[in-house]
Amino acid sequence: MQQLLTTVLTGLTLGMVYAAFALALVLIWRATRIVNFAQAPMAMLTTYVALVLIDAGYSYWLGFAVALLSGLVLGALVERFVVRPVEGKSEINAVILTLGLFIVFHALAALVFGSRFRSFPAPFGLRGFQVGDTTIALTGFGVFTILAVAAVMVGLVLLFRGTDLGLRMRASAFNQEVSRLLGVKVGRMLTLGWALAALVGSLSGLLIAGGGLVHPSYMDGVVVYGFVAAVLGGLDSPVGAVIGGVLLGLSLSIVSGYVGSELVPLAALVILMAVLLLRPGGLFASVRERRV
Amino acid sequence: MSRFLAMPTTRRHLLLALGALVVVVLVLENTSQFRNAQFAAMAYYAIAAGGLTILTGLNGQLSLGHGALMAVGAYTTALLLQEPDSALPLVLVLVLATVVTLVVGALVGVAAARLHGPYLAGATLALAVAIPGIPLYFSETLGGDQGLRVRMPDIPVWLDDAVYFVTGQGLTPTRFLAYLGWLGVIVVFVLLANLARSRVGRTWQAVRDDEVAAELAGIDLGRARVLAFVVSSGCAGLAGGLLALSTRLAAPSGFALTLSLLLLSAVVLGGLGSLTGALVGAALLAFLPQVVTGFGADLGLTDVQAAEIAPLIYGLVTVLVVLLAPAGLAGGLRKLIHWRRGT
Amino acid sequence: MKRWIPGTALLVAISVTAACGAGGREEDEPAGSTVGITETSIKIGGHFPLTGVAAPGYSEIPSGHKAYYDYVNAQGGINGRKIEFLVKDDAYNPTNTSQVTNELVLNDEIFAMVGGLGTPTHGAVVDYLNDAKVPDLFVSSGSLQWGDFPKEKPFTFGWQPDYEIEGKIIGDWVKDNMPDAKVGLFLQDDDFGRDGEKGVRRYLEDQIVAVAKYSPGNTDVAPQMAQLQAAGVDLVLGFNVPSYTALSQLVSLRIGFKPKWFYSNVGSDPALVGSLLARFSEGAVTDGASMLDGVMTTEYLPGVDAPDDPWTRLWQKVWDEHGADGELTNYRVYGMSQAYTFVQALQAAGENPTRESIVAAIEKSGASFEGPGLAPFRYTKDSHLGISGLSVLEIQKGVGKALTPVLVTDLGDAPIEEDDSAARDAPPENGLPNVKPAQ
Repeated sequence: MQQLLTTVLTGLTLGMVYAAFALALVLIWRATRIVNFAQAPMAMLTTYVALVLIDAGYSYWLGFAVALLSGLVLGALVERFVVRPVEGKSEINAVILTLGLFIVFHALAALVFGSRFRSFPAPFGLRGFQVGDTTIALTGFGVFTILAVAAVMVGLVLLFRGTDLGLRMRASAFNQEVSRLLGVKVGRMLTLGWALAALVGSLSGLLIAGGGLVHPSYMDGVVVYGFVAAVLGGLDSPVGAVIGGVLLGLSLSIVSGYVGSELVPLAALVILMAVLLLRPGGLFASVRERRV
Repeated sequence: MSRFLAMPTTRRHLLLALGALVVVVLVLENTSQFRNAQFAAMAYYAIAAGGLTILTGLNGQLSLGHGALMAVGAYTTALLLQEPDSALPLVLVLVLATVVTLVVGALVGVAAARLHGPYLAGATLALAVAIPGIPLYFSETLGGDQGLRVRMPDIPVWLDDAVYFVTGQGLTPTRFLAYLGWLGVIVVFVLLANLARSRVGRTWQAVRDDEVAAELAGIDLGRARVLAFVVSSGCAGLAGGLLALSTRLAAPSGFALTLSLLLLSAVVLGGLGSLTGALVGAALLAFLPQVVTGFGADLGLTDVQAAEIAPLIYGLVTVLVVLLAPAGLAGGLRKLIHWRRGT
Repeated sequence: MKRWIPGTALLVAISVTAACGAGGREEDEPAGSTVGITETSIKIGGHFPLTGVAAPGYSEIPSGHKAYYDYVNAQGGINGRKIEFLVKDDAYNPTNTSQVTNELVLNDEIFAMVGGLGTPTHGAVVDYLNDAKVPDLFVSSGSLQWGDFPKEKPFTFGWQPDYEIEGKIIGDWVKDNMPDAKVGLFLQDDDFGRDGEKGVRRYLEDQIVAVAKYSPGNTDVAPQMAQLQAAGVDLVLGFNVPSYTALSQLVSLRIGFKPKWFYSNVGSDPALVGSLLARFSEGAVTDGASMLDGVMTTEYLPGVDAPDDPWTRLWQKVWDEHGADGELTNYRVYGMSQAYTFVQALQAAGENPTRESIVAAIEKSGASFEGPGLAPFRYTKDSHLGISGLSVLEIQKGVGKALTPVLVTDLGDAPIEEDDSAARDAPPENGLPNVKPAQ
């Protein structure tokens, strides 16, 4: 019984992190129709920035804030200077570009920060809560993870639905030509979209790192799981990304606990293929995939 | 020269192959054992890159999972060579590895045939991460994290003597592997080049360029795509088998995500769809790390940091190539030649 | 006229290639390979995880080697030869080990490999080194494969106590002192874990209720800890690398799993694990080292927690004079102790060592080498196994408190006996061994 509870709680916490990452991917897809495979190393880089600050003695929260800020900046820079030339053109080129960035960021991190495994602190404690005489596998940090991701999601929903800026961003994503005609500065909106997405990605990077070991490859698995979660929910749907993330986290946790953690990536692949072949648009798709 | 180009395709390719064989012998016999080992690495990278460039360049399917397919070839080779006195000749082992990977590639190809662009990329990415987990789960038969050791069978005595007769030097295992690898490159490239120029190749390009038009013209999209995938998987399997023999090990750590990404960047650098480009990319993968590490050490970096310069360069050049010269190095060269001819 | 051009080209090509050729072949007898040795220098090398999951701790071992070799070189070297030690990083990844070993043997042309680290990693290259007849001395791992197969691997020698005798001694202690405990094993999923398990099962077969394995690439050990917790384990025996000691402690904190812990020697340095743990949480784990209070482990070398031991004093002196940045740690002591044994082997090989003669020398006189090890080596023609014993200790406040004297045993059914004769060997005055050439 305890094992089931542990499995479910671990899956929930991890699922929220995948949801955050999937959300980042969905934001970029909606804005520029590109899957940003480099999102994982970007998040890894910003986490290292936080680690440098924490090493130098500053508080965790300062590191946290700076990581999110640098995510914002990094996303904006990447969109404006690297991705802009290939937007709207061949799909393959865009994918290869983000993969090239993946390799570059990976190597940069190893060069600048070193490849050693470093431990990363987590606020709010790492002991599970005591209920009676059993311990549940939910730590203070786990609760923080769930709340942080939820807060970010609510913030984004408010931004997109409730503000003028959000409206302009949605317009730019929906139809660039018409938006331009209506006076929306489309370029800036796209940059902002990437920046926000990178911010969310950085958050997921920090949440995964907390209480664990950080090294240049630590986010590599997440790019796959985040992608699967995004596809599961539908690449066009932010709500889908979150639900997809949680579902994926739970399923993978169950596989890990009851079958074997080595088969988790294979389980993710199976889930992905099942979704792509049966319901290519994802669970919450609004746009049908074209069929030839 | 124009008479050479006017020859029937197959004959031209065979002549090139013969010339290449002579060059290979001359180069391998006159370089050190360490260089031979690097050339062997270049050979298997070239085979894998050749298959991938045909798949992505000619047929437009972007696969991030070819590292995983190499793993299939490598593990098959390792399993077939587990018995110390295995009766199977080495060439047969490699052929079997290729065939097994062909079959796996067919399965993957069928699943992937309906996917496009980023979906295909993501699915093959998931494949690349999933396959190394399988030997970890079945660790009794597949060796787990420490992998399966690959003991290379002894070189047949008649071959050793024959090579000594022709070249004056004995045949070390390293050099033997290099020969085997380059023979593989020549055979595979002749086959791929012929395929590319044939009706099959044209079909692949048609599917890449305009699906609707191709289907209207009566081409079975699914079959064309699966065939391209199968051919490139076979190449990856052969390359994986050679990799296992060279590193004497088949372990999950040798087939991490970075392998698939590096293969892709090598192919992009050389030029999508160009076999010459695949050779260029393979040369970079095999030789650049050592050069760059030495350079980095001179700059005062530690060994470990200097080793990261090579991937940094691949990544940067990949990004630059996509932004500035989507046809890659070989394509750029071709354009240069045409431009010079034009003026 | 034009038809014979391709044919002629072919003929010319074949002739050119054949012209590099020769007639029959002569057999030449090698007198003894002196690759890597000159009149004034000897080049050796090793592969170590300078990065990656096994780097915490283990990456310091080569700096211990280098410091000791510099110390020896400063006193004139051995028989007039200075020792050059090349270190290559394999990130605990067996595929990389293959590549860097290729570089060391074919490109750098080392005389011998010394201290190659890791069971899965070195396992990938041991056959190659033996085929290439390169002495493969004092592997930094306790797997049996380095020492128990001298016929198949004549050039390879172990150094530290192997995992099977460590498992035996641990198992015996647990049977005597905790006969009712439910024992769970936490093992690395390769020969390292397997050899340890074999030794432990000899004595604890009935007490073992659960076995959890991890792969060094995957840092999530929650499933393994949950599995042990679900089986009701009171004592966990861990054969793992130090990062996983830290990770297992951390996860157990999270799920409220509080057994007694017994980590094998290679994973248990309190200073290292403490520093890994200390960073993990802003509030919960302030003093990482104290998390290891009450943890048991084994020891076969005097370490930095015994600063008055004559060997530790020697190592401190060597480190102060020739060490790189940082403090003397137990891993650097390990490196220096290994380097000390290599120097002994080099002396035993005589004035003009060859690859074959250094191997023969260790077989002849290795068992009588006196060094920092608490128990003697087992080197003979029939066994290339290293140090033959250890003592069990409990960690309190970062320092090990001995629970038993030095216990010596061998593989299989050999009995466990107390024997502290080797523990009393003192270092020579000048810190250099003085081994006579083997006859």
